[in-house]
Amino acid sequence: MTDTVPNPGEPSRFRRIWESDVMWSFRHSPVAIVSAFVSLVMILGAILAPLYAPQDPFNPATLNLMDGLTAPGKANEFTGKTFLLGSDSQGRDMFSAVLYGTQVSLLVGAASVLFSLVIGVFLGLMAGYVGGKTEAVIMRVADIQLSFPAILIALLIFGVARGVIPPAQQEDATLLLLILAIGLSNWAQYARTVRGSTLVEKNKEYVQAARVIGRSPLLIMLKHILPNVMGPVTVIATINLALAVIEEATLSFLGVGMPPTQPSLGTLIRVGQQFLFSGEWWILLFPALTLVILALAINLLGDWLRDALNPRLR
Amino acid sequence: MTEKPVLEVKGLTLDFATRRGTLRALDGVSFTIGRGEVLGVVGESGAGKSLTGTAIIGLVERPGRITGGEIRLNGQRIDNLPPKEMRAIRGRKIGMIFQDPLTSLNPVFRIGDQLTETLQAHLPLSKAEARQRAIELLIEVGIPAPEKRIDGYPHEFSGGMRQRVVIALALAAGPDLIIADEPTTALDVSVQAQIITLLKRLCRTRGTSVMLITHDMGVIAETADRVAVMYAGRIAEIGPVADVIRHPRHPYARGLMGAIPALDTRVKRLTQISGSMPRLDSIPKGCAFQPRCTMAIPRCSLERPELVQAGASRAACWLTNAETEVPA
Amino acid sequence: MFAYSIRSIAQGLLVLVAVAFIAFSMFRFVGDPVANMLGQEATLQDRQELSERLGLNDPWPVQFAQFIGNAATGEFGVSYRQARKVSDLIKERLPATVELAVLSALVATFFGVLLGVYVAINRTGFLSNAIMSISLIGVSLPTFLIGIGLIYIFAVELRWLPSFGRGETVKIGWWSTGLLTESGRKSLIMPVLTLAFFQLTLIMRLVRSEMLEVMRADFIRFARARGLGERVIELRHALRNTLVPVVTIAGLQLGSVIAFAIVTETVFQWPGLGALFVNAVQFADVPVMAAYLMFVAAVFVITNLIVDLLYFLLDPRLRTGGRTAKGH
Repeated sequence: MTDTVPNPGEPSRFRRIWESDVMWSFRHSPVAIVSAFVSLVMILGAILAPLYAPQDPFNPATLNLMDGLTAPGKANEFTGKTFLLGSDSQGRDMFSAVLYGTQVSLLVGAASVLFSLVIGVFLGLMAGYVGGKTEAVIMRVADIQLSFPAILIALLIFGVARGVIPPAQQEDATLLLLILAIGLSNWAQYARTVRGSTLVEKNKEYVQAARVIGRSPLLIMLKHILPNVMGPVTVIATINLALAVIEEATLSFLGVGMPPTQPSLGTLIRVGQQFLFSGEWWILLFPALTLVILALAINLLGDWLRDALNPRLR
Repeated sequence: MTEKPVLEVKGLTLDFATRRGTLRALDGVSFTIGRGEVLGVVGESGAGKSLTGTAIIGLVERPGRITGGEIRLNGQRIDNLPPKEMRAIRGRKIGMIFQDPLTSLNPVFRIGDQLTETLQAHLPLSKAEARQRAIELLIEVGIPAPEKRIDGYPHEFSGGMRQRVVIALALAAGPDLIIADEPTTALDVSVQAQIITLLKRLCRTRGTSVMLITHDMGVIAETADRVAVMYAGRIAEIGPVADVIRHPRHPYARGLMGAIPALDTRVKRLTQISGSMPRLDSIPKGCAFQPRCTMAIPRCSLERPELVQAGASRAACWLTNAETEVPA
Repeated sequence: MFAYSIRSIAQGLLVLVAVAFIAFSMFRFVGDPVANMLGQEATLQDRQELSERLGLNDPWPVQFAQFIGNAATGEFGVSYRQARKVSDLIKERLPATVELAVLSALVATFFGVLLGVYVAINRTGFLSNAIMSISLIGVSLPTFLIGIGLIYIFAVELRWLPSFGRGETVKIGWWSTGLLTESGRKSLIMPVLTLAFFQLTLIMRLVRSEMLEVMRADFIRFARARGLGERVIELRHALRNTLVPVVTIAGLQLGSVIAFAIVTETVFQWPGLGALFVNAVQFADVPVMAAYLMFVAAVFVITNLIVDLLYFLLDPRLRTGGRTAKGH
């Protein structure tokens, strides 16, 4: 290897990351920049919703039924109020409703992704590192689960929960149940990928060295193998986030997700559907549009990330 | 050679446009191949041997591009032909075989079908005639029981047999020149000799020229009439095989030949050339080999040497004129 | 061939048993079948009698065996909610889902492969980019939104198609089909398109990426070196090799169309198994849930078997056991 002339003064860490291949690809991809920007805006917008939303749409005390069904931008014929994105049948401001709805959708999405990630990565590491029967069992279960649609698995878990949890506590449990159901339906991809990477890393010398020294397997897995495996995991997590958000929306739309008292975008769409055909299109359109833009932005980001981290395409 | 050469390459330059800038992979490569002649092309990995072959047959992929020089086949320029005309030349006038016979053959088609397809693409033959010709080809390359094996799939053949099939495919339309890119590297040692013998025999009987690309000097010594030594996208030395092997002029060529253990003399240490070939983005000014050369003079780092005559060969080295022959 | 199919069947059976176990567990842990069937008023004696009759006092392996036996004959007891035999409910709703699923699968496969090949061959170009962009949006669009959108445009605004239901159906034996009436066919259009969309996007992207991968293979390069036309290479050599992995993955995907139908059926108020299942989930109607689960598992296993068989037919390497001849 020809030695390049060493720089006088090492570049700062930030500089190195900024000039790395991944960031180069980012800076030169308008799609990545736009989708990252949009994602960030929406996520921040959702998190900070309580600070600037014109109204808390789910506090009944702030609602006035007479405000209901006002078109966007037009003044209400009874109260004279105008709503940026219109109001629904209860007089809720759609803009606020969408903001809060996005918050819930993202909350469920992110939490479930975290859940599947933890389970999937752990099982993947175990399968790859320990091998043998453990690996065979874990991989088989993962394979089978991957061929069943996530919706089905999530619905099943819901169904069982409905039967087991007494009705009084069901509404409160929904949030946790959703996270559990969606999380459990999506771990397999992480496990597969992580197992593959673990198998590769396991045979490298630094792992052998650690074993010779006598480090515990858990430590080796977490400290040595895990960092090398995080690249593909990040890609999966990003794409999975979009999937989780959509899955949650679907479940809510089907009626088994978030209730109208604490709605996610999916619930809002479900409620809005009734009004679509009677002419109040805004109750459906804005939550739907938000959902699609959110999912699209995250997906695009994930797609770009996958191409940027793919060694073969460089 | 009084006859017109089959292949003439003059000043061939090939660049790669990457996001770090343009990389020059081939820089002014020139050589000729005569009718029925076998030219060996040797060099380390990355020296540009395969790329030269790929450029000649017109299969360079983006972001690589030929940016200078010309390639002439039987006197006619082929480097600037439109794709359709170049396609007519591929297979018919120039054939190419690659390193790994397993991946060179389509695994889901029978070899008979692959042969007849190639034949019918270039020659006006009926299906039955093509099949007959295919069987004849298989006999020529030494496949036993060809009428049966013609309906076999690639995975049903051994490595050596597969390479014979590959050779048959390359020769099917009767090209004037075959470019063989590391044809024996992926084969067992025992099989290598057979394939080399086969190639030699076929080319003698058909009068086909061969550009034999390899890093294995032994194969070159066996098979080639002339040899070109490439380094960092340039030709370092080119000449008759016996001359280059016994009296290498270029310091790099000398290092190469010295690194081959000879069976008849007792060698205490093999010659090592320190350092390694420069990466494409850091080729030194002047002679590319100069940083590793033990005999470099100041001129070497300033001006790039052209190929000059030195005995029966030509070498690209400033020291060639003030030559002292180095004993073998 | 024999051993291969035995293995596939054995694996399939294993999956079925595993799923049966899950379904069975649901019965044991969720709710109280006796209370569900007899209501609150039943006496202790009635309850005990029913328990005995239902075999609820037997050890669980016995119960499990009985469950499997029942399941194999399609006997899943009585729906908690609708007080009808589960098997009747399923029979009633099966044709709706099957017609929807099969038609969607056909549409998705046909257009998915077509578009995938087109986009792989014409990598640049306006149409290709447009198709890829739409496919990207397709992955981000939940199925139910597509359904709602279609209903709004075609049913509400344009009034060309019905907005819900199957239209008129014709009974053939115990099967009811919507294909024989005009209203039945019209009702099928939007649900089929909605269900097919997601699958189509998936298959299209799969075909594209596989084909691009295959086009980088050595045998494609060799085919070019033999002078074969680009179209021929793409449509014959590349496509044939692409089909092999595509069939496996696409086939498995399509096996779960039945389950994906859940959402579509809900949006279009399609009286199929999916809608039945969602209803069952909302009310914890375990017998129906269990039956649906077993059904989906059975479909999955059968699809797997068919795919395995197809794979076997498509890839000659599997036929001779993949062994390659050694020596020579």
